[in-house]
Amino acid sequence: MNSKKTFRLISTLFWLLVLGLVIADTLDTRGVRLEPPPIALGSGQAAAGGHCSGR
Amino acid sequence: MRWFSRLILLCGGLAAVLAVTLATGVRQGLLTLLGIGFGIVLQAARFGFTTGWRDFIEKRDPQGLWAQMLLLVLAAAISLPLIAHYQGELVGAVAPLTISLVVGAFFFGAAMQLADGCGSGTLYKAGGGAPISFAVLPTFALGSFVGASHQPGWIALGGLPAIDLLSFGWPVALALTTAGCGLVAWLAARAAQRAGVSAAATANTASRPRWAKRWWLGALLLAALYGLHLVVAGQPWGIVYGIGVWGAKIALSLGWDAVGDPFWGVAPHASRLAEPLLADVTSVTNLGLIYGALAASRWNGPADFKLPSNRRLLAACVAGLVMGYSSRLAFGCNVGAYLGGIASASVHGWVWFAFAFIGSIYGVRLRRRVAA
Repeated sequence: MNSKKTFRLISTLFWLLVLGLVIADTLDTRGVRLEPPPIALGSGQAAAGGHCSGR
Repeated sequence: MRWFSRLILLCGGLAAVLAVTLATGVRQGLLTLLGIGFGIVLQAARFGFTTGWRDFIEKRDPQGLWAQMLLLVLAAAISLPLIAHYQGELVGAVAPLTISLVVGAFFFGAAMQLADGCGSGTLYKAGGGAPISFAVLPTFALGSFVGASHQPGWIALGGLPAIDLLSFGWPVALALTTAGCGLVAWLAARAAQRAGVSAAATANTASRPRWAKRWWLGALLLAALYGLHLVVAGQPWGIVYGIGVWGAKIALSLGWDAVGDPFWGVAPHASRLAEPLLADVTSVTNLGLIYGALAASRWNGPADFKLPSNRRLLAACVAGLVMGYSSRLAFGCNVGAYLGGIASASVHGWVWFAFAFIGSIYGVRLRRRVAA
């Protein structure tokens, strides 16, 4: 197997692992959170998402 | 068979949006869709913050910097009136002028040249299948997780409080932001002329299309997506917070305990670790961005890539670790601090730009040594 094939195989496995982790996390944390309004603008609720600027 | 692969890519994107919507709500689904849009535009336009700076540092080619200044002005023009009129519902990226900001921005600027991508660049290049960015991503997550944990200690070293130009009213804030961007664009043009690299001469080189349309079109589309993100999420587009959450979630699964941690153990970050990953604003846009880049890079067939040397890969991994750590000290990367900060009229965005650019000058030199 050449190096490009090896890399493609590893990257495919990596993304499958990521997908698996996201699914496992979603199932594990189900029901923890209240759903916010679809759009923040006009919702009347304070912005509450995490951001790099420190909030 | 190309139509079939395109159909698969389209269905994959729609399925991802639908799955996130069902799992965590309409807002998160919309943010996934916007993330896909960011990924498509970044990949298709190859809109790299890192490349734009490197082109200027190495060749005095100002086009990347001009496009970034255009993006900043457009994003500010869209977001400043909205933030001013919908205070609370919509917030900007505002942070203090700390020692950590200066140190973090400098090291981030240097490391992103070694890693061949900033926060957004790493994600879209990883989505596109670039081996270096693919190697950078895990160390970036580790660095971002640890950097966030150390962030309160770094902030305690001191500095100045945040300076929010919006306090002077949005017209003044927008005028000052536009003037700042205009000054940077003018200085870049002047430096290019002095170096004998006029825009026309640059545009006439065989490797670049006339007027480098990809830069300008990319800036316009990114500004539109940036505005939509602000309206939907209530906050500016960000990257590294989400990557840090990924690192923290993995650490939790390996037995690490967030209780007592000065960052991850306190509100609101502790609750984000308890919530689903797909409920985190920056995580879903990041995942969407990676998919969008993947789809855009595969739209016309399989992507071609060159495998870098082991030395280059190792340097990129170390650079990823430094980028992740330093981005948390600096309140974000090129997106969260530079774009988000300046477009929110926060002076910390300009400080970030200045020190990250100085860091990039050293980073470009280091990159040459590693590549040699």
